[in-house]
Amino acid sequence: MTAGLAAATVAAADLSGRGGPGFLSPTGAEVAFVLIGLVVLGSALLVVTTSQIVHAALWLVVTLGGLAAEYLLLTAEFIAWVQVLIYIGAVVVLLLFGLMLTRAPIGRSTELDSLKRWPAVLVAVGATATLLTVVVDAFHSAYLDLGKTDDGSARVTGESLFRVWVLPFEVLSVLLLAALIGAIVLSRGRADADGKGR
Amino acid sequence: MNPANYLYLAALLFTVGAAGVLLRRNAIVVFMCVELMLNATNLAFVTFARMHGNYDGQVIAFFTMVVAAAEVVVGLSIIIAIFRSRRTASVDDANLMKW
Repeated sequence: MTAGLAAATVAAADLSGRGGPGFLSPTGAEVAFVLIGLVVLGSALLVVTTSQIVHAALWLVVTLGGLAAEYLLLTAEFIAWVQVLIYIGAVVVLLLFGLMLTRAPIGRSTELDSLKRWPAVLVAVGATATLLTVVVDAFHSAYLDLGKTDDGSARVTGESLFRVWVLPFEVLSVLLLAALIGAIVLSRGRADADGKGR
Repeated sequence: MNPANYLYLAALLFTVGAAGVLLRRNAIVVFMCVELMLNATNLAFVTFARMHGNYDGQVIAFFTMVVAAAEVVVGLSIIIAIFRSRRTASVDDANLMKW
């Protein structure tokens, strides 16, 4: 994963800002996509199947890092670094804190899986079949020219964000504030539960 | 290259996450699987942005990440509140509202 991320980083560093031919050849980009995609899928499967709960969080890091590399291959440089900062930097750390605070079992545990396994597998297979059918039917003739690169740098994304998407952006900042206050209220606990209520 | 390859990856990742939500019992692992599903949709958004050559898809992916961060914060505090009152982080044991 690290090697793939590094290669994609180099590729995107060359792509950023100019929109000329990319660092990777089209074939190289396809090979990198397949390899990183296999890593992403494999580690996602391990998140879902591993019997050690902390390992699930660590495999999630691999999955999210691989996805950041895929974003770089799609020339979405800004999104890739936001992914690294928010998901790997914040969300996974938060999840690990949650595991610690809820005294999650360290080591192997047989209690992790639900008993209703076959309905779940059935639903998952059905969803896969539906999604793949739709994608095959809708996009079988689409084509992505890997030789021509778009610019996904912070400057261009920021221009789009602050020219077209200003109102949603501000609404989201209010949402973040609400989430912050809500989390504080929820996790303050029973400090004054015997008083006037929470 | 056919951009559908990225969409296949997104679809498979989404269903892996969905299967995890249905299969797993620990509330925090369920959260991780929800994150997988959100990331799969983000990948689809970024792919569409690349396909059509405009940046709206990337901006939406960015918004999704922000909402996901807010969701994780509130969700974890709810899980911890449940753990505090019922001493468990299993979704099967939070059954007060179950018929």
